[in-house]
Amino acid sequence: MVPTNYYLILSAILFGLGIVAFVFKRNIITIFMSIELMLNAVNLAFVAFSQARAKPDGEVFVLFVIVVAAAEAAVGLGIIILTARNRRSLNVERVDLLKL
Amino acid sequence: MSGALVIFFVLAAAAVLSSINLIVQRHPIHSALSLVVVMVALAGLYLLMGAEFVAAVQIIVYGGAIMVLFIFVIMLLNAGEEERTNFSKLATFAGIPLAVAVTGLIGAAIARSTLVLPAPQPSGALTSTRTLSTLLFSEFVYPFELTSFLILVAILGAVVLAQREN
Repeated sequence: MVPTNYYLILSAILFGLGIVAFVFKRNIITIFMSIELMLNAVNLAFVAFSQARAKPDGEVFVLFVIVVAAAEAAVGLGIIILTARNRRSLNVERVDLLKL
Repeated sequence: MSGALVIFFVLAAAAVLSSINLIVQRHPIHSALSLVVVMVALAGLYLLMGAEFVAAVQIIVYGGAIMVLFIFVIMLLNAGEEERTNFSKLATFAGIPLAVAVTGLIGAAIARSTLVLPAPQPSGALTSTRTLSTLLFSEFVYPFELTSFLILVAILGAVVLAQREN
């Protein structure tokens, strides 16, 4: 069997890559995708802990995270469509209404 | 090296390389397709751990529904190549060190806590869907019902946000 630590380290690596993508990408859709990547990394850690402790509670939480991610995707993409329509651009640097 | 370990490393490599590809690619549709690969690889890992229902939900909801939504929006907005802008200095000089620091910190904490972590299950026993659903509909029934409200509100919000004003 694969040690639990391997899963957790993979989860940390994926989360870190999600942070890098979040900081470096300029396209608002790709930034949104990196959030999904980070959520997935956390889900992996949840399932790994749940299997290691032989308790299914963590897997139930993964289901909740997936539901919240789906809701977030629906609302977030609605906001993206609205922003793209108003700004005529998907570049986050063009969305600077709150910037002084 | 046992078979499970080989499968783990293949899937982990697929996930990590696709995540790197997500960052490197400049076209959003390429990033979206690499994210699909990450999600399918993670579903394989869940199956390897014995979480069969979560693996199925991962494929159906994440790999299917959410990614299709993303690709629809990319197509709808006709998103092209990411335009190159002058990188903010903060992102270059704080972003990568910060990400490396976070990953290193989590990795170090995991590496040090080996003794605290319980051993993984000796056999590849599956968490049966029956166990999971019993738990979901008994102990977690209140949050479960709340998520249905959440989804309803999210759908209404998305419709209101995306409708054309006239």
